[in-house]
Amino acid sequence: MRLLIVEDDAEAAAYLVKAFREAGHVADHAPDGLEGYAMAQGGGYDVLVVDRMLPRMDGLSVIRSLREQGETVPVLILSALAQVDDRVKGLRAGGDDYLPKPYAFSELLARVEVLSRRRGAPASEPTTYRVGDLLLDRLAHRVTRAGEEIVLQPREFRLLEYLMKHAGQVVTRTMLLENVWDYHFDPQTNVIDVHVSRLRAKVDKGFEHPMIHTIRGAGYMVRDTAR
Amino acid sequence: MTQLADGRAAEAQQPSGRLRFLPHLVRTTAFKLTAIYLVVFAAFAIFVLGYVAWNAKNLLDDQIRSTIDAEIQGLAEQQRLGGIRRLVQVIERRSRGPGASLYLVTTPLGERIAGNIEALPPGTLDRQGESEIEYARSSETLDQTNHAIVRVFMLPAGFRLLVGRDVEERERLRVVIKRAAGWSFLLVVVLGCFAGWFVARRVLKRIDGMNDTARSIMAGDLKGRLAIAGTGDELDRLAGNLNAMLDRIGELMSGMQQVTDNIAHDLKTPLTRLRNRAEEALRTAQSPEQLRAALDGSIEEADGLIRVFNALLMIARLETRQISDSMAPLDLAEIVDGLSELYEPLAEEAGLTLSASVEPGLSLTGNRELIGQALANLIDNALKYGKPEGEAPATVVVTANRVGDMVELGVADHGAGIPEADRGRALERFVRLDQSRSKPGFGLGLALASAVAHLHGGTIRLSDNAPGLAIVMSLPIVPPPVDRPVTEAPQGSTSQPDAAGFQSA
Repeated sequence: MRLLIVEDDAEAAAYLVKAFREAGHVADHAPDGLEGYAMAQGGGYDVLVVDRMLPRMDGLSVIRSLREQGETVPVLILSALAQVDDRVKGLRAGGDDYLPKPYAFSELLARVEVLSRRRGAPASEPTTYRVGDLLLDRLAHRVTRAGEEIVLQPREFRLLEYLMKHAGQVVTRTMLLENVWDYHFDPQTNVIDVHVSRLRAKVDKGFEHPMIHTIRGAGYMVRDTAR
Repeated sequence: MTQLADGRAAEAQQPSGRLRFLPHLVRTTAFKLTAIYLVVFAAFAIFVLGYVAWNAKNLLDDQIRSTIDAEIQGLAEQQRLGGIRRLVQVIERRSRGPGASLYLVTTPLGERIAGNIEALPPGTLDRQGESEIEYARSSETLDQTNHAIVRVFMLPAGFRLLVGRDVEERERLRVVIKRAAGWSFLLVVVLGCFAGWFVARRVLKRIDGMNDTARSIMAGDLKGRLAIAGTGDELDRLAGNLNAMLDRIGELMSGMQQVTDNIAHDLKTPLTRLRNRAEEALRTAQSPEQLRAALDGSIEEADGLIRVFNALLMIARLETRQISDSMAPLDLAEIVDGLSELYEPLAEEAGLTLSASVEPGLSLTGNRELIGQALANLIDNALKYGKPEGEAPATVVVTANRVGDMVELGVADHGAGIPEADRGRALERFVRLDQSRSKPGFGLGLALASAVAHLHGGTIRLSDNAPGLAIVMSLPIVPPPVDRPVTEAPQGSTSQPDAAGFQSA
């Protein structure tokens, strides 16, 4: 994956470039909004990571201008202004995701990978997800594993659906809270963990290979370990 | 050379005391006011004196003219009765008498026949009618000239008659008025300067006193207050208001101080834990796995700290009302049911039953994230502390009801509850009551919920659930405009209306 980091803090940018490289991606860096805009245009990037506060051209203007040019590259907004309004404003300007500073790199990496995958995905969602012997039918609202039906609560279904949609990718707790529950606030406790462990009890219990994996310090991942 | 230049520069920088004082004086309001008064008074005096002088001159001129007219009529009568000879006789007789009247009769060639004028500007006698001239009296020396208004007549056979009147009276009046103008100008200047000096001394002294106090307050004497003279004038009112402002700033500062102290104190513990953990790992870890586990633990600890800071920032921003266009109609059933569904597994883990009951069709205008966060905090709080000790049912009940034009969101548990005396304090930042010390948390959850309620124009109140705690957020269905003035202090007092509301309930 090729990504462009538009960030004026040289130290933070250098850290990000290094960390993304270690994760197996190619990251370029633009130190201000204008250069970021120029580099993003036709740069062939899979994802842009744009800071909100930038010299010469602020982050939201960069995104707005790119969208006016018809550029569809997914954009993740980084912002020190961690507030509800700011997230709404960022998404309204054409951003695809929003991450308040300070953030954990694992959170940023997970979100960027999901964004880049979205770009390559077909326009229409598949009606079924399959991971190993686990099968989720979105139309019939049915989940089976090795042919046996698993009965799930509606929210558990949506949780599994999201995890399977991003199978092979790390999904963080915040991403789950945002995408499955549509909550953008801090739930104070490990609520998500409790929900995932309930789901895990239904999906993985009695099978040799677990499907739902905990990625330490990051989140969860659905992956077939049988093969 | 350079030394010389330096010396001059130094001199220029430090002018003598008087020179330094002058621009200071010129800049004062008292000086400017005095200058304006002086100009106004001087203009007034000039106008009054000028008006008087002008009118007096006109009056005198009119008098002189009518006198001349009368004389001419008399002389014309004499001439009609006895010709030039009679006229000359009369004029000779009149000329001998003292007075301001002037006469002259000349031959067609301009030779004097009779009269009391010795010298005239040339050509005066050729101009018929009235004119104002300089002349010399026959009895006086020739170089001493006087002014007069005269009228010249052509008599039969080319004789000329001049009748006039000296205007010395008018000149004397002019001198008097000039002198009056001079004196009054002097008086205006002296009185004006004195008044200005008096006002400046009185007012400047008080203002300088205020400035001194302000400087000493800025220098750190926060207890200093401006002196009030007791005259009740505008300066006193200004000083009173400034003192009230200083009191308010003092209150806010001590509030801030308390919050800062609490923050420092409460963040020290996790930071120390973080540091100790890292140190311990450095000292004892034998394998990369052990180091990794220690690092993971450190990151977790740091994440917790970041969450605390986020919550603090959020409370601060809510209190300064930096949330703008994010209010929208909300379906309360969706929020309450969603949240109780989210926390239900957690409740089960804690051995509690979480149930929700929402009046159908209930909605209000607000920010979904904030109200969700506030309610989540209340539920989280109830799950942490709501475990009953005795026979009471192990339930946490979330309710939403309409009361008048308010929506009441309630979370009630049957735990230990909060003693009545502590209920107001429980809403403050970083306040963790004794019985909660052993549980995880930072004491920000209720403070944040309270800030959210206030932002929406509502209140939050704590009451006894007998046994247990019932927290009710009372929110208006349509919140008041966001930009209403902030009347509460940021710390502590947010809970006061609630405490009062509770006692009266």
